[in-house]
Amino acid sequence: MSAVEGGNVLPATALRGKDLLGVSELTPEEISLVLDTAEAMKEIGSRPIKKVPALRGKTVVNLFFEPSTRTRTSFEIAEKRLSADTLSIAAGTSSVVKGETLVDTVRTLEAMQPDMIVVRHASSGAAHLLSRTCRSAVINAGDGTHEHPTQALLDAFTIREHKARLSNLKVAIIGDLLHSRVLRSNVLLLTKMGARVWACGPPTLVPVDLPGLGVQVTHHVEEAVRDADVVMLLRIQLERMEGAFFPSLREYFRLFGMTSARLALARPDVLVMHPGPMNRGVEIASDVADGPNSVILEQVANGVAVRMAVLYLLAGGAEHEAVV
Amino acid sequence: MPVVMDADRISRTLTRIAHEIVERNKGVENLAIVGVRTRGVHIARRLARSLAEIAGREVPTGALDITLYRDDLMRHAVGPQPLVRRTEIPFTIDDRRILLVDDVLYTGRTTRAALDALIDFGRPKSIQLVVLVDRGHRELPIKADYVGKNLPTSSGESVQVRLMESDGEDAVVLEREGGA
Repeated sequence: MSAVEGGNVLPATALRGKDLLGVSELTPEEISLVLDTAEAMKEIGSRPIKKVPALRGKTVVNLFFEPSTRTRTSFEIAEKRLSADTLSIAAGTSSVVKGETLVDTVRTLEAMQPDMIVVRHASSGAAHLLSRTCRSAVINAGDGTHEHPTQALLDAFTIREHKARLSNLKVAIIGDLLHSRVLRSNVLLLTKMGARVWACGPPTLVPVDLPGLGVQVTHHVEEAVRDADVVMLLRIQLERMEGAFFPSLREYFRLFGMTSARLALARPDVLVMHPGPMNRGVEIASDVADGPNSVILEQVANGVAVRMAVLYLLAGGAEHEAVV
Repeated sequence: MPVVMDADRISRTLTRIAHEIVERNKGVENLAIVGVRTRGVHIARRLARSLAEIAGREVPTGALDITLYRDDLMRHAVGPQPLVRRTEIPFTIDDRRILLVDDVLYTGRTTRAALDALIDFGRPKSIQLVVLVDRGHRELPIKADYVGKNLPTSSGESVQVRLMESDGEDAVVLEREGGA
């Protein structure tokens, strides 16, 4: 098992931070450490007894202020497979609806001594805010349009499993770039690991700072897909669309939707990925989503392994606190 | 730093243990070997080759990483986590006789973790423990079934098993406190 991608940097043996807030703070060595650890974690999912005692006695709170099925269940399964005690709170049923602030909610929870808090929130920077006020390790499970680090890590894990590397791959990311934290985390991670990232979407859905992140931006889907090793589709996030970004979903599909004809421009062994949930017939055609190049369901399975790796690596606490 | 076993000695010892295994189990029928990472796996593969030569049939061999079962895993106040590596047991252990292989038997805590890990894979008919070196100082009631060499040590000393596969040479070395 190689600890390092395409370079001769020494493998990291620990994550430096107490929290996982975003990909932006991770080094390539730390990313490789998470992916290598996830390889070991993935094997646990294939055992008759899918459970190890590593996090026995640790309490993890999943605090979701936004609806989420796959990320929340993925974290819950990961926590249970590591034998942690878990507790999931959905904002709709908590005192948030009674007007309590984010910080007060978390302070109340902290008084019950959890070891880790997994947080999803509609505001960018929510996890950072908690990290400054909490003793517990904070894992960002998506904050607004900012970052979703475990999604990017599981995408990288899936790519690495198939291609054995991340460096020098052409990755085309197509869809709603403006509202996507998945895009931001993926761009940060893939460029750190030496991949060539292309982003494609209608001009109204391209964030202005994107070219500054080392990404090739195009509005022509054929240009993005040509010779790509990976085609990653992003969901058109209808719930975040306050204005009219394009005339109709049908027109979006005609101009940007991933069809088998378009996919034929990519390399024959191209991977088709989607973080879910999919809008079939909007960003992706059904036959592509279910086709032989699709690894969309593998992404879901790998999500558990990657989250187990993150939970395990953060459970030891940060090095700089070792004097406490 | 005294070399207590050289390459020849290690090789003859493993051949002797392989013969003992065949004798005690009346062949290699229903046997499987599981090595504890890292050096236990190398020794396990060598034993598998010896057994195949002696008995004329392959014995399934796997690798076990016990990190997630360690009893000291979360006991350090804070600090970096030990590296987890992949466990590979590509066969069912149910109703098999398992040879659990490690390089050094010391406190017995690694073996305890390995037993717990193995049991999570199924219900073997029996588990027999094979070690290249038994250096004493047990902290748990654990005893090896096959021992390459009994090596009386003080707790200040350290026993290092070096193997071609990971260290470029075959030797067992006894080091005094503070290193060589």
